[in-house]
Amino acid sequence: MAKVVGGNTGSKVRKKLALFFLIGWILLIIGDRVDELRVYQGAQIAMYTIALASIVLLTGYSGQVSLGNGAMMAVGGYAAALTLNNLQTPIWSAFMMAILVAALFGAFLGLAAARLSGPYLAGTTLALAVGLPAIANQFSFLGGEPGLLFDVGFPPERFGEDFTQYKWFFWIATFIALIALFVTSNILQSRFGRTWRAIRGNSLAAELSGINASQLKVLAFSVSSGLAGLAGAVLAMTISLVAPGAYTLALSFALVTGAVLAGISSLPGVVLGGFILVAIPEIADALASSLGSEDKLNSYLPGLIVSVLLILSVIYTPNGPGENLRKHFHKKSAH
Amino acid sequence: MQKALETLLIGLSTGSIYALMSLALVLVWRSTRVINFAQAGQAMFSTYIGFEIATRSQIFWLGLLFAIVAGALLGAGVDYFFMRVLFKHANSGPALVVAPVIATLGLLGLIRSIVGLTWGGEFKSLTAPASKNGFTFGEVTIPFSPLDSLTIITVAVILIILALLFQRTNLGLALRASAYSPEIAQLAGIRTARTRTIGWAIAGGVGGVAGMLVTSYNFLTPYSLDLLLVFGFIAAVIGGLESMVGAVIGALVLGIGLTIILNYVGTSLVFIGGFSVLLLVLLIKPDGIMARGKVRRG
Amino acid sequence: MSLVVSNLSVSHGAISALRGIDFSVEVGQLAAVIGANGAGKTTLLRTLSGLKDAISGNATWKDREILGKRPDELVRRGISHVSEGKSVIPELSVKENLILGGIWRGKKSDTAEAINEVVELFPRLGERMSQSANTLSGGERQMLAIGRALVSRPKLLLLDEPSLGLAPIVIEQIFQTIDQLRHRLGLTVLLVEQNAMSALEIADIGVIINLGEVVATGPANELINDPALRAAYLGY
Ligand SMILES: Nc1ncnc2c1ncn2[C@@H]1O[C@H](COP(=O)(O)OP(=O)(O)O)[C@@H](O)[C@H]1O
Ligand SMILES: [Mg+2]
Repeated sequence: MAKVVGGNTGSKVRKKLALFFLIGWILLIIGDRVDELRVYQGAQIAMYTIALASIVLLTGYSGQVSLGNGAMMAVGGYAAALTLNNLQTPIWSAFMMAILVAALFGAFLGLAAARLSGPYLAGTTLALAVGLPAIANQFSFLGGEPGLLFDVGFPPERFGEDFTQYKWFFWIATFIALIALFVTSNILQSRFGRTWRAIRGNSLAAELSGINASQLKVLAFSVSSGLAGLAGAVLAMTISLVAPGAYTLALSFALVTGAVLAGISSLPGVVLGGFILVAIPEIADALASSLGSEDKLNSYLPGLIVSVLLILSVIYTPNGPGENLRKHFHKKSAH
Repeated sequence: MQKALETLLIGLSTGSIYALMSLALVLVWRSTRVINFAQAGQAMFSTYIGFEIATRSQIFWLGLLFAIVAGALLGAGVDYFFMRVLFKHANSGPALVVAPVIATLGLLGLIRSIVGLTWGGEFKSLTAPASKNGFTFGEVTIPFSPLDSLTIITVAVILIILALLFQRTNLGLALRASAYSPEIAQLAGIRTARTRTIGWAIAGGVGGVAGMLVTSYNFLTPYSLDLLLVFGFIAAVIGGLESMVGAVIGALVLGIGLTIILNYVGTSLVFIGGFSVLLLVLLIKPDGIMARGKVRRG
Repeated sequence: MSLVVSNLSVSHGAISALRGIDFSVEVGQLAAVIGANGAGKTTLLRTLSGLKDAISGNATWKDREILGKRPDELVRRGISHVSEGKSVIPELSVKENLILGGIWRGKKSDTAEAINEVVELFPRLGERMSQSANTLSGGERQMLAIGRALVSRPKLLLLDEPSLGLAPIVIEQIFQTIDQLRHRLGLTVLLVEQNAMSALEIADIGVIINLGEVVATGPANELINDPALRAAYLGY
C-alpha cells in the first residue's frame, strides 16, 4: 500500500503555510507585471485550480468518478449570488455560503451515490449535468436562462486608480485558491486522506479493518462538492453572472480532463491542469483562425482538443505524467 | 379514461425508444463492465449517416439500415481499436477503476466534436416515416400518432430479432456466456474478445435505431441525443443493469412514468421526474426492480 | 511423450507459485497431481490451459508449444480444462452449458452427437437438460462441468479437484466416472487432487508437488507404497 505519510506536525504545517505565503507574494508581483488579459486568465487558472482540487480529492483519493462537479459549481455560484444579492453581506460570506450549500447538496447526492460503484455514480452525475439547465429554469428565483448577476464590486479605493477590476478578481481568486489548496492539502495528509486512499485501494479490506467506507465516501463527496461550490462562486465572480449556460456538461468534461492530464491523484498537479484548461481555448482559437474562421471550427475545435488529450492521457498516462516519469527513471536506474 | 389510455400508448412509444438505448448500455455493461457513455455519441454519428442517406434517397428505412450498419461498425471499432488498447495500458494504480469511464466520456466528446466539425451545429430535421398528427376517430383526434405506432412496431421487431438471436443461436449463447463468465466461456473454446466486439457492434446498431427514431420526432444536433443517453441509463438502472429484459421493462416503466408527468403535471418537470426516479431506485432498490436479493457484481 | 512440462516457473506478482516444474505424461495415461493446499496445483493447470502466463520454461502437447496460447486456441488443439470449483455457468441451462463446449466447432450436428454421448455417460444430466444449472447439486454440477469439457472432444483433459466440496459417496462416483471415461475415450488426463489416495488409485503415474516444486514423480502404485512419501505428503 501507499507509504506511510508522516503525522501532521505543527512545524510541517507552519512550513507549508510559509510556502503558500511565498507563492501568493510571487503571484502578486507577477500580477503587477502582465497585461489585463493575462491577469484575467490568472483568475481563471485560480478558479480551475480549486475546481480541479475538488476532482482530485474525489476521484484521485476516494476513487469515484463524478461529472457532477460542474453542477456543484453551479450550486455554489447560485448560493453565492443569492447571498450577496439578497442579504447584502460582505463578499467573503458569499463565498462561505457557496461552500456550505454545495457541501450540503454534495452530502445529499453522496448519500445516494456512496452506496454505488463507479458506473452508477458517473451515470447519475452525468444525468445531473445534462439536466442542470432544465432544473435551474424550474425555479424562478434562480433567474431562468439569463441567470443572476453576481457583482463583487469595485476594488477598494486605497489600492489606487490604476488597480483594475480584473486585477481585483485576480487577487480575490488567487487568495481563495491559495487558502483552498492549503486546506485541501492538509486534509489529504490527515487521517481522512489516508483512509480515503485505503478505501480506494480496497473497499473490502478497509471495511474489514473497521473503516466505515460508505460514510467516508459521503464525506469525501461532501468536501469535494464544497470545493467545487467555491470554484463555482469564483467563476461567477469572473463573469459577473451565474447562469445555467456557464456550468455545462462541457465544463465537467473539461474538469475531468484537466484532472486526468495533471495526474488524478496529485494535488500540486491541479495548477498545471488549470494552466492547460486556460491554454486550450487559446490554442484552439489560434488553430481555428489559421484554418479559416468557420463557425464550426470555433465551436468544436476546443472540444476536439480536450477529448483527444483526455483519451491520450487516460490511455498512456492513466495515473498522471508523474507516474510515467517515475517508472522511466526507475527502469534507468535499474540498468 | 381516454386520457389514461393515450398516456399509456404514448408512454409505450417513448419508452420503447429508451428501451433501445438502455439495451445498448446493458449489452456493453454485461460484456465489458463499463457504462459506455460514448453510446450517445455513437448513436449520434450513426444517426447523422442515416439522416444523410434518408434525406438523399427520401427513404427513411434505407437511412435506418445505414444507421444500423454505421452504428455496428463504429461500435465494433470502438471496442477493437479503443477499449482493447485502453485495457492493455490502464491496468494498474488509481486509474484502474476510473479509466474506462473517463475514456468513454472522452470518446463521447471526440465523436461530438468530429460530428460538429463535419456537419456543424445546425438543427437538422428528418422526414418522419409516418405522420406525427394523432389518429382521428370521427370528431376526436388523439395525441397518439401513426409515427408513435410505427415506433412501437419497429422497436418490437428489433426486440424480437434480438431475443431470437440471444436465445436461439450459438452466437447468442456465446454472447451470454462471455458476459456471465468470460473465463469459463474461454475454456469452452469461445473467442471471448471477438465475441465482445460483436456485442459492441450489436449495441452500436441498436443505438443507431434509437437515434433515428428520436430524430424522427425531434431535430438532430450534436447534442440532441444526450437526453436519450440519460434516460436510457436511468432505464437500465431501473432494470438492474445486468438484465436485458430488465432494461426493456425499466424503459417502458420510465417512458410511461414520464408521460404521466408530462400529461398530468407539466412539461418542465419531466427531467426532474426522471432524475428523481433514478435517485429513488438507487436509494431504495439499487439492484433494480428485477432483483431478488441478489448481490450486485462488479 | 505427449505432455511434457519442463522447467516451468510461474508467479502471481511477487509470489512465486511454481519453481522449475518438470514432468511428462504419455498419451492415454492418467497423471494424478498431488499436493497440499497452496502447493501450486491450480496454478499449474491454469498455466497449461492458457489462463495464466508463465515466467519461464516450456510445456508441449504432442511436440507443440502450449505456453503463450489463449485457452480457446488450446481447446482447438484438444486441451480442455475443468477449472477449480464446478466450472459451470449457473445463469445458463444445463443444455446451454453443454452446447457451449461445442460452439467452436461450428457444426450443430457434431455438438448434438457429443451431447448425446455425455448424456449416456451422465444420465442424470439428461433428465435436467432444460433446468438452470443453478438448480443442480454439487455432484451434478461437477458432472456438467466435465460434460461440457467432453463436448469439446478433448484429447487432454485437465481436471482441477473434481472432488472438492462433495459428499464422500459422490466423490467415489466421480472418481469411478473419470476412470471409466478416460478408458472409453482414450483420454490423457491430468487430475489435480488433494484426495491423494483415491486419485492415485485410478492413476497411472503420480506427480507430487510441494511449495511449487515437484518432490516426487513415478508410477502411481510405487508412490502409494513409498512409506516416506506417504508420511510426508500423502498424509496417512
Ligand atoms: N491470484 C493469486 N494471486 C496471488 N497469489 C496467488 C493467486 N493464486 C494463487 N496464489 C498463490 O500461489 C500459490 C499456489 O496457489 P494454487 O496454485 O492455488 O495452489 P493449489 O491449487 O495447490 O492449492 C499459493 O501460495 C497461493 O497463495
Ligand atoms: Mg487449487
